[in-house]
Amino acid sequence: MTEIGKALPEDQITGHDSADVAPPTARVDAIAVGGQDLVAESATAAGLELKARSQWSYARSRFIRHRAAMAGLVGLIIIFAAGAFANWVAPYGYAQIDLTHLYAPPTLSGNHFFGTDELGRDFFSRTIYGIRTSEEVGLVVAIASSILGVIIGAIAGFYRGWIDNILMRITDLVLTLPALAILLTAAALWGSGNQWRIVIILALFFWTGIARIVRGVFLSLREKEYVEAAKAGGAGDFRIMFRHILPNTLGPVIVNATLAVAAAILTESALSFLGFGIKPPTPSLGVLISEGQQDPQKWWLTVLPGLVLVLIVVCVNFVGDGLRDALDPTQRRVRA
Amino acid sequence: MPEPLLSIRDLVVEFKTDDGIVHAVDGISYDVMPGETLGIVGESGSGKSVSTLALLGLIPQPPGRIVSGTAMFKGRDLLKLKKKEQRAFRGKEVAMVFQDPMTSLNPVLKVGYQLGEAIKTHFPDEKDEAIRARVIELLRLVGVPNPDTRADQYPHEFSGGMRQRAMIAMAIANSPSLLIADEPTTALDVTIQAQVLEVMKTVQTETHAATILITHDLGIVAEMCDRVLVMYGGKIVEAGDVYTIFKAPRHPYTIGLMNSLPKLTEDEEWLEPIPGAPPSLINRPPGCAFHPRCFLSQGRDRCRADVPELRMVGDGHYAACHFSEELVDFKSKFAEAVPA
Amino acid sequence: MLTYIARRILYSIPVLFVSTFLSFMFVSLAGDPRQNLLANPKLSHAHYKALFHTYHLDVSIPVRYWYWLQDVFEHKLGSSLLTSQPIWPDITRAMGHTLQVIGIAEIIAITLGVAVGIFSAVKQYSIFDYLFTTVSFLGYAMPTFWLALLLQILFTDIYLSYNVRIFYTSGLNSGVTSNTWSLDRLQHIALPVATLAIISFAVYSRYMRASMLDVISTDYIRTARAKGLPERLVIMRHVFRNALIPVVTVAALNIGGLLGGAIITETIFSLDGMGYYFIQKLGQLDVYAVMAYLAITSLFIIIFNLIADVVYGYLDPRIRYD
Repeated sequence: MTEIGKALPEDQITGHDSADVAPPTARVDAIAVGGQDLVAESATAAGLELKARSQWSYARSRFIRHRAAMAGLVGLIIIFAAGAFANWVAPYGYAQIDLTHLYAPPTLSGNHFFGTDELGRDFFSRTIYGIRTSEEVGLVVAIASSILGVIIGAIAGFYRGWIDNILMRITDLVLTLPALAILLTAAALWGSGNQWRIVIILALFFWTGIARIVRGVFLSLREKEYVEAAKAGGAGDFRIMFRHILPNTLGPVIVNATLAVAAAILTESALSFLGFGIKPPTPSLGVLISEGQQDPQKWWLTVLPGLVLVLIVVCVNFVGDGLRDALDPTQRRVRA
Repeated sequence: MPEPLLSIRDLVVEFKTDDGIVHAVDGISYDVMPGETLGIVGESGSGKSVSTLALLGLIPQPPGRIVSGTAMFKGRDLLKLKKKEQRAFRGKEVAMVFQDPMTSLNPVLKVGYQLGEAIKTHFPDEKDEAIRARVIELLRLVGVPNPDTRADQYPHEFSGGMRQRAMIAMAIANSPSLLIADEPTTALDVTIQAQVLEVMKTVQTETHAATILITHDLGIVAEMCDRVLVMYGGKIVEAGDVYTIFKAPRHPYTIGLMNSLPKLTEDEEWLEPIPGAPPSLINRPPGCAFHPRCFLSQGRDRCRADVPELRMVGDGHYAACHFSEELVDFKSKFAEAVPA
Repeated sequence: MLTYIARRILYSIPVLFVSTFLSFMFVSLAGDPRQNLLANPKLSHAHYKALFHTYHLDVSIPVRYWYWLQDVFEHKLGSSLLTSQPIWPDITRAMGHTLQVIGIAEIIAITLGVAVGIFSAVKQYSIFDYLFTTVSFLGYAMPTFWLALLLQILFTDIYLSYNVRIFYTSGLNSGVTSNTWSLDRLQHIALPVATLAIISFAVYSRYMRASMLDVISTDYIRTARAKGLPERLVIMRHVFRNALIPVVTVAALNIGGLLGGAIITETIFSLDGMGYYFIQKLGQLDVYAVMAYLAITSLFIIIFNLIADVVYGYLDPRIRYD
């Protein structure tokens, strides 16, 4: 049986109709190993001294040089900060009604930047509160699914045997399921309308990709000499797993987790849009778009929160691409 | 003195990277005579492959750039050719055998097809049967057994040694007058290496092609080559005929290379490695690039200040060292093995 | 090859059973079909006891799965618990519509995606490359539902402002009659097709470009150039075929997933396809209809996984399945 093209499971559930493919994560497997003791050579006047730089400082300098990634990071910090401090940033309350301005179109000069909806609620404020929810979903899902994935992947890759078998069967099975449909069903049946149930459902779906990557690294490294050496030196299983092998998985896990933020936000918005995810009154970008589309003539109610959503995803993807380039020591970027 | 087949002058090739400009080839000049075998030796990163890839226009640009230089071949400057003219030379007049036979053949096309393509490209009117017959003849020449069946197989059905034979067959398909072999045996097992070198020799006697053999293995040079260039840090540091250089090298780096080789005829206490690491090609050491590792440069400012020119130190023997004269009486440990 | 396909099919059968069983457990546990009956005030206690018995709702879920399986094979997916209507006619009609929309959209997306991917890679860092890299990056970041809504808003606006009907924004046909290949139908499906084609195009062109660039930098392409082969032939003969391999796999898997219905797109354009059907039935918690949908969709995915592997083996002689 070939493994080709089997995209990582979270690729399937980005909320896209074209479900199975996701270029941002597709190459992650390739990064897995290597670069543990990358030494940057910088010959001094004597031409002989080697200055050792750690892998991380090397990665950092490459990330900083990646212009799109830095732009994405700055954009993301601004958007997420606005969301996190929504209570202070938003000029109006989430549900504050202004009956004198119903369906006001967006203006740059007036009070209602993004316009208002049928109850005169300020759409700029609503969008910022929506960002807060999306941001919570994205970050918590990414962190929770990464932790789950790393633990399961590490155990499967290190001990192999039946644990590994079960893990691989589960991921095989997940790949044959219509991901969005299953998520919708889960959300329809277990969702409660607020974000936390959705977070749990998404996290339970997202861990398999990371688990596969971590498992791969563990499988390839557990036979390596330095792990043998650690074993010979009497190190216990946990010490070997955490001190000697786990650091090698950090690069791909970080890249994957970053991209999972975007995937989770997109998926949540799709579920909410279809009416099965977060439900009003909890604010969410998907909910806002879903409410706004009921009147196509009030275009701002659909377009503006969607634009913010696209902006978040673009920023996250830029950061993810930058991290991949920075953390992949086998691929040194050559400037055109 | 016969006309050289290929005459390179002042070739400079650079690569742009994030860390700065890599001076891969830093002003080298040499000639290749018709029918001779010229070895180019040096550590990895010394610029030995890049200098020949530049001839064929195979340097990826960007990031690479041929800054200056000429390469006269049969009255034309290879570096100034238009794309189309360059293609007419490639594979017909100048052909190349690459280092890694495992990755140098297209995995989805049959070996026979890939060989035939080399002919068809330059002789588009040739009939398919004639090309096929030639392909089989070529495979037989390089010692591929059952060439008839083998031609219809894919590269993955060939072993490493067999693939390299097929690569050699492809290179000589149009009887080129210059064959460039870039570390043709490095990726192979030692026993296979000898076989492939045998094939190279056979091919040379058949085609009379001049050969540039790039290697880091002095043993291969001794066995295959007439003349040798030693490269270090993108420059030629010593050049001469193989006997002279093996007997009486005049550059400290060449001496270092030889001392790091085992001499199989007697017991040696130990081998002497060259201290230090190859130079950075981005921030080259000032003066002689080899001075930080050199046993002659101790306490001498000149080595740190002036770049030594390649100058004649004997009959057809050149070295780029300020203090080359101090090595006149040096005898390499291989001196007795070299016939007079 | 044939034995490989046979083995894969045999392996797929238990996978399909396990996956439908899990779906069944999952759907039945949470969307208890008895709730719907109990909620109906017209039914007496004895009445729904009888109903439970007829529909085997009084047994445990694994046993119910067994009855459901029998129903699937004997009565073409069985019938809905809510409406007692047979599922088969509804779902096949929806499948036909989905097939039409997905078919057109994917043909457009693959053709354009591959072509643009090749040109972007060959002319890397050109204006063309930057333009399409940006387009596909945006297409990739864009939620499908938002893209669909933008198109819908745009064409509603055109209609309302100029009273010109270029494309319809909802439904499959204007009248009651359904006509598969009429101008009216094409006006209706143009926007859903465009939505799906744009999203798929973004994916394919990105993949094709990356894959072309990977292949262009390989040793064997250098060999092809060293032969003196013209660049056009290097690209078409040597790069293209190798670069196509991963893209074909991705496309096959993508189509397999989409045939289960473009849930979001069909919902927005009220297009009577598989995805729309699913959303309707999920909203009503029509357990057996949802199950029928999940089973058929899983089957499509498994079939297209197999197709992907077979095509891969055909394109890459290194893969030998036996």
